[in-house]
Amino acid sequence: MQLEAKIPAGPLTDKWDRHRFELKLVNPANKRKFEIIVVGTGLAGASASASLAELGYRVKTFCIQDTPRRAHSIAAQGGINAAKNYTNEGDSIWRLFYDTVKGGDFRAREANVYRLAQLSNQIIDHCVAQGVPFARDYGGLLANRSFGGAQVCRTFYARGQTGQQLLLGAYSALMRQVAAGGVTVFPRRELLDLVVVNGQARGIVVRNLINGGLEQHAADAVVMSTGGYGNVYYLSTNAESSNVGAIFRAYKRGAMFANPCFTQIHPTCIPHTGEHQSKLTLMSESLRNDGRVWVPRSPGDIRDPQDIPEEDRDYYLEQRYPSFGNLVPRDVASRAAKAQCDEGKGVGLTRCAVYLDFSDAIKRDGKDVIAKKYGNLFDMYQRITDDSPYEKPMMIYPASHYTMGGLWVDYNLMSTIPGLFVLGEANFSDHGANRLGASALMQGLADGYFVIPYTIGGYFAGTELAPLSADDAAFKDATQSATENIAKLMSIRGTRTVDSFARKLGQIMWNYCGMSRNEAGLKKALGLIQDLRSEFWENLLVPGTDKDYNKSLEKAGRQADTLEFAELMILDALDRSESCGGHFREESQTDDGEARRDDENFAHVSVWEYTGAGKRPTFHKEPLVFENVQLSQRSYK
Amino acid sequence: MKKLAKSINLTLKIWRQAGPEVKGHFETIAAENISVHMSFIEMLDTVNEQLTLDGKDPIAFDNDCREGICGTCGAVVDGRAHGPQKASTLCQLHMRQFSDGDTIVVEPFRARAFKVIKDLVVDRSPFDKIIQAGGYVSVNTGGAPDGNAIPIPQEIAEKAMDAAACIGCGACVAACPSASAMLFVSGKISQLALLPQGKPEAAGRALKMVRTMDKCGFGNCSNHRECENACPKELTIVNIARLNRQFFKASFFSDEI
Repeated sequence: MQLEAKIPAGPLTDKWDRHRFELKLVNPANKRKFEIIVVGTGLAGASASASLAELGYRVKTFCIQDTPRRAHSIAAQGGINAAKNYTNEGDSIWRLFYDTVKGGDFRAREANVYRLAQLSNQIIDHCVAQGVPFARDYGGLLANRSFGGAQVCRTFYARGQTGQQLLLGAYSALMRQVAAGGVTVFPRRELLDLVVVNGQARGIVVRNLINGGLEQHAADAVVMSTGGYGNVYYLSTNAESSNVGAIFRAYKRGAMFANPCFTQIHPTCIPHTGEHQSKLTLMSESLRNDGRVWVPRSPGDIRDPQDIPEEDRDYYLEQRYPSFGNLVPRDVASRAAKAQCDEGKGVGLTRCAVYLDFSDAIKRDGKDVIAKKYGNLFDMYQRITDDSPYEKPMMIYPASHYTMGGLWVDYNLMSTIPGLFVLGEANFSDHGANRLGASALMQGLADGYFVIPYTIGGYFAGTELAPLSADDAAFKDATQSATENIAKLMSIRGTRTVDSFARKLGQIMWNYCGMSRNEAGLKKALGLIQDLRSEFWENLLVPGTDKDYNKSLEKAGRQADTLEFAELMILDALDRSESCGGHFREESQTDDGEARRDDENFAHVSVWEYTGAGKRPTFHKEPLVFENVQLSQRSYK
Repeated sequence: MKKLAKSINLTLKIWRQAGPEVKGHFETIAAENISVHMSFIEMLDTVNEQLTLDGKDPIAFDNDCREGICGTCGAVVDGRAHGPQKASTLCQLHMRQFSDGDTIVVEPFRARAFKVIKDLVVDRSPFDKIIQAGGYVSVNTGGAPDGNAIPIPQEIAEKAMDAAACIGCGACVAACPSASAMLFVSGKISQLALLPQGKPEAAGRALKMVRTMDKCGFGNCSNHRECENACPKELTIVNIARLNRQFFKASFFSDEI
């Protein structure tokens, strides 16, 4: 199959305008004839649902949570980028585009990223109009702050709760459309299958998480905005219900998966403390503006931090990267922390942590200034760890945070299944091999508010859609196979809980396909995953019944998908023998241990096509063409 | 400084209810070997692992982000919504707040408007209905003016943000003797009434949201201030004062009905 990215011709700056003109339109009076299913209500799904309903389409929106307002976009702290140049520092759409392509280590499509940068400004305007309480300067204008990977202040924020405020804005727009009759929301539903009829995505099968009933919904197109798969590591900053299930089921129905090995490990999270732990909490990247990262100079030094004199401390980031110091990008900072702990210089109970020390900043600026900047984060840290960062250095360690890979989409955000559109973190499109801070919110909202409303119209106007109801045989088949799958999970009645499998798989992925990867380790992981999967299907224990609220059953279904998906991630990581962004292959590094990209052999998107259970997926390549930026090796020394 | 991972043993008296129409009861369950570094949710996870292995039905509870922002989790712990720690959700409450040998009483968020679905899981969808009644600014995507077209004094933006911080968890309702949703409703009404973007629809919004709140079966504010005491995001009853002002203004001086 030929992958057609459908990138419009012409100069980069004109592509989106030209494309919008060329896209066929659906007459306003005809829009109500089309029904659209949206799965997921994060920034992308909520904004898409609201915007599509505003245009007159009939929308059915599904979410796994008890209300659309709780999707995990809500946890984003730092902010959202836009090329407004309100700060007069020389920012521009072009600069935001360039920073994002470079930050992604030149593994994203130029045209998509440029469009994202173009739309960034409209997002801010729209959110302000919705009543999002962005931070403001004394004169009443919007405030900006700086973030990693940029030399201008272009990040808009609402305290440390930017994701929450943007999501509540999109949620309120969605609720307005519910009241107006344009959207019906189905909460507490989990997608079990995508229904494809005559090669077109035409519906879904979902499980009602309260009573266990399976429900069928037909539509003219399906929009998936179901987030990423960071929970493949079990311990991550993701919410418990964030999972790969929906996009993996779509993959099995023919949507190809792009760059599954591109995952982001965030450097500043609160370290784990023991077996019981279910979640790692992020501490905002902004802390690295004032905190100094260090470990004891000699391995096994278990003195308290305050008893370790200056000369016995290793400020390894400042040493190694004198020009960027503690503010190197996320992937670089994460790998460096791991390297220190691997050498036995880690601190804390588990020896898997490094210090982030504010004592110099407090001495320099005073406690009040630091409290004003970071007070809420310090409080959060203290609540979780019982230690005060004002008195003792914080302990931090990297954790899985975001996934750049996702379903492959063309410029219209349509997957390889016609009629299946994929938005936000669930697609692969804009962040390449590494996402910059404050870019995820931008992408989710750009996709939902400003891209899908146009491109879905182009699809409808140019496509024959046969009449279809949820009584069609395709729905019966999908329901049947979902029913069998559930029955199988319930019937094993073994001796191991689903959490114990999730934890084990997480360890395997973290150890062999985490911050640093090599061929031998990846191959070993493949075997370990296959063994674990066999045991899962022989020894899983799911309590209760399937006709009830049953968290264990929900998790078991997701874990079954994750156990298969993990293998795809490993295959992709094995195939990409270069290092780029968050994907560090030990075989591909410079003499001083930095990542070495291989543009000659790997300037492409790796795209995987499902070929059946137990069979190796087919590999496809979408070459990446760079006409507007010069490929360069990132250096932060 | 190296704290040993201390473990404690607890007795849970926890609410079990198989479904909305079934009578519930308290069940006594031992929670043993609980690390003090666990969150309350992780403690429940640990108990559930044991119940599962023992062939018993695990305790049903909602949770998602486990970092205090999504508003999914919540239970009344020893008589207090989200437990004894101030300004905290249940997932941010850590077991070091408890002592070895404690008995802890755990119940769902109770209110006429919140039906129990199972054990600690309740139906908070009335909150969505209240927002649908007017908790938004009626702008379609596409036509917004530049974000800086209307300056908003910093102080106003900060107050709006204080009000907007609500996570919709429902602790205010559970804590209120009359199970009122006034703190929840007032957060949204305040946020939008403070900002210029929300002013054109302020009158209708106040009337419709309050009316919907009543219809959903929530009680009225009785000035006990339990809501602000339980609120994990520390919304204050100043918001309720603003709501009342908006409501009276709309009732007496606007054409909205």
